[in-house]
Amino acid sequence: MAEKIVVDARGSFCPGPLMELIARLKFAQVGDELEVLSTDKGSASDIPEWLNKVGHQLLGTREEAGVFHIALKKTK
Amino acid sequence: MKILIVGGGMGGTILANNLARRLAPELRSGKVQLSMLSASDKHMYQPGLLYLCLGRMTPDELYRDQASLLEPGIEFQVDPVETFELDNNRVKTKSGKTIGYDLLVIATGSRPVPEMIPGLAENAETFYTEQSALKMFKRLQQFQGGRVVIAVGVPHKCPMAPLEITFMLHDYFKDRGIRDKVQLHYTYPIGRVHSLENVAKWATPEFERLGITYETLFNMKEVDGKNQVLKSEEGTEAKYDLLITIPAHKGMEVIEKNGLGAGGFIPTDKTKLTMEKRPNVYVIGDTTNIPISKAGSTVHYQAETLGENIAAIVKLGAPVREHDGKVFCFIECGKDRATYAMFNYTTPPDPKPPTRAVHWFKVAYNKLYWASARGLL
Repeated sequence: MAEKIVVDARGSFCPGPLMELIARLKFAQVGDELEVLSTDKGSASDIPEWLNKVGHQLLGTREEAGVFHIALKKTK
Repeated sequence: MKILIVGGGMGGTILANNLARRLAPELRSGKVQLSMLSASDKHMYQPGLLYLCLGRMTPDELYRDQASLLEPGIEFQVDPVETFELDNNRVKTKSGKTIGYDLLVIATGSRPVPEMIPGLAENAETFYTEQSALKMFKRLQQFQGGRVVIAVGVPHKCPMAPLEITFMLHDYFKDRGIRDKVQLHYTYPIGRVHSLENVAKWATPEFERLGITYETLFNMKEVDGKNQVLKSEEGTEAKYDLLITIPAHKGMEVIEKNGLGAGGFIPTDKTKLTMEKRPNVYVIGDTTNIPISKAGSTVHYQAETLGENIAAIVKLGAPVREHDGKVFCFIECGKDRATYAMFNYTTPPDPKPPTRAVHWFKVAYNKLYWASARGLL
């Protein structure tokens, strides 16, 4: 089973959640599942938009106590 | 107590000097030993590379002898670590020495890895090493006009550099009288022109005012050098005559080889600055995986927090501060004006319009840096 990687970008202004995710994806394997934690509301739409554009799989998004959880799978 | 700092860059050097002052009595009495291992006997002022590639600084201005920057009492050796034996509180060095510690600080930094993108190293200019900055300087001098594409890899150190080099190139070509023959095209990995929202809000109209075109959500995939085309992960292409990139970075090879963190970045607690599951191992600067700018300013403030905490551990038995994530970055906005971004883990920056005064402060800081490294500023 592929490793699940948590990208904890809560409170990150720079480089921010999407850049943190892009960086972390470089060192992940195809098939790995990742979960981004973000306190930035924009991430809940920016990250799925980018995943769609690049072709990685969005597994789901949810908000819990002000933290957005965006789950995805590296597909290529 | 044996304190060992691995890495003689900005973070390691500021921390070592900070500790040498705070712990002067303990160093004199022998209660504390403070050692530094580095891969080089030279210390480079890396932000100077931005000026070097434009011919505004020279290589000799970027270096000092590392030993000359260190307070007395710091045992400095040029002998890079090859093996971290964290379970046994010791490291092994290139020369074959085994060195034990009670507290270890890892501050080995990061390195550009253009080879991660096919075709990038062969076809793009960059300024993140002395050699590449000098090559870019010569290439720029020969350039007489055409489309200049600026592209950015992730992660990278100095998040302001993409904007700075773009604004500085605008003035560089203007001064040469060929700005009207040059198209400047800026690309950026996320959906705005800078990761900091307020910086992006300020920079976007500046680009429009200066005639700099831009494309967001552009992550480099490969360079087709034959046809002079940069292709993105998002499926778009940018045709160039001159390609200038900030390559993606990795942590140092020794961190990866020792399995301390993916990509050479060590999992680190962002307020304690300790390595995950290793309470006597601290990590600062580019070496951490903390979601914060990889920048000299970041590690400067981390080193100050850590200096206070390690001194408190020696004198009081426990650390006294949590790190707040403070960063202060100058932003050069051309050849003679600049602004800055100051923020921490909880407060975003609010950059002001650029001024000549801030630019001259930055120029002064390029010299004052050596006082910073000595822990005086």
